[in-house]
Amino acid sequence: MVQVTEKWTNDRPGDAGYEDRLAAFEARVAEGDKVEPGDWMPRDYRDQLIRLIHVHANSEICGALPEGTWIPHAPSLKRKLALVAKVQDEVGHGQLLYRAAETLGKPREEMIDELISGKAKYSNVFHYPAETWADVCVIAWLIDAAAIVNQAMMAEGSYGPYARALKRICYEEAFHLTHGYDMCISMATGTPVQRAMLQDAVNRWWKPIMMFHGPSDKESKHTAQLMRWRIKLKTNDEQRQEFLRKYLPKMFNLGLKVPAEWNLRFDEKSKTWLYNEPDWEEFKTVVRGSGPVSAKRLETRRLAHEQGRWVREALSAAAAGKKVPLPPTANVG
Amino acid sequence: MDTQWPIFEVFHQASRGEPHVHVGAVHAPDGETAIMLAKEQYGRRQACVNMWVVPSGAIVATAYEDADLFEHGTDKSYREAFGYETTKRAKAVGDAGEI
Repeated sequence: MVQVTEKWTNDRPGDAGYEDRLAAFEARVAEGDKVEPGDWMPRDYRDQLIRLIHVHANSEICGALPEGTWIPHAPSLKRKLALVAKVQDEVGHGQLLYRAAETLGKPREEMIDELISGKAKYSNVFHYPAETWADVCVIAWLIDAAAIVNQAMMAEGSYGPYARALKRICYEEAFHLTHGYDMCISMATGTPVQRAMLQDAVNRWWKPIMMFHGPSDKESKHTAQLMRWRIKLKTNDEQRQEFLRKYLPKMFNLGLKVPAEWNLRFDEKSKTWLYNEPDWEEFKTVVRGSGPVSAKRLETRRLAHEQGRWVREALSAAAAGKKVPLPPTANVG
Repeated sequence: MDTQWPIFEVFHQASRGEPHVHVGAVHAPDGETAIMLAKEQYGRRQACVNMWVVPSGAIVATAYEDADLFEHGTDKSYREAFGYETTKRAKAVGDAGEI
């Protein structure tokens, strides 16, 4: 149910009673209490969540595009079946997330339209092309791994509908991650050509992966507020470190290397991975829609939406009690 | 915006004898389509023997700020098992050896 808007009053700084309500809200959230759709919440909390969940939903939908392209070219029936299942999951996750965002007052159709028109953002990683099968393997393993670090954290966040959707999503992502790892192990233990393909994919994907969790804490303008409201529980850099700590040893175990220009090294004293900082201006340009395949992704998405229109219209007409015209051959006999 | 369909809440029963549990919602033009979409969205992984879809508008709910509706005005421990100290009392009877 889209909530009634009368409740959304006095929710901005300067509004009557705002400070008292904010203090009560923050005290509850600090105790770990969950916020539900009908509750009073600061307008900024609502807006930040809509922004984050909308981008997250779009990313699930756009993430299915590079993988979907590779379904006809999967190297075996088993891989093909798993890839089809994964793509279906990702699109389903998009729907779960649009619904979670909708409980905050933004209609689903508006969010879908804003993705297609290019107004709304999606994850930086899906602005890059999946050139070979090894790219599909790297996306399924390392990008899903990076996404799970983020999603498992967000699943403990303060907004009930988002946290519930994420618990379901994380359950399904566990299969994606294991399948991705399995694919990478196959490539890494395959022929010299396969090993070279996998390393080449890592080389090309390492930059988008290092950017995946978003700008460094020094540059991130929303982080402090988001953490205080328990929308996020870890900073971007903390998530990046968690990903590196968990997955670099697994990559090294498969004989994979990180491109030398990153100057990646482990600092024993701080127990953190050090690296050359990504170019965050490039990141911002890419997510604004100027990445290598940004235009192609949105065109594919727009086409899918247009091609599905007749199905939506036919279902609406049938529900309204109208006769759905059948193709001429179906009327014979 | 060609189709902002109504919302149906989805309830899922994992096995006979278990309660139906709210798992989420789908958008659909009617109940039949809602079931079809709910099956895809919520029934394709974990076990499920039965599924309900209910138009969201049909749900009448209390408000969270009225949660005090459910608090007890007075001590009602007399209607709970923990409100009675039978073990302690029975032991006292045995210890006294009067019966």
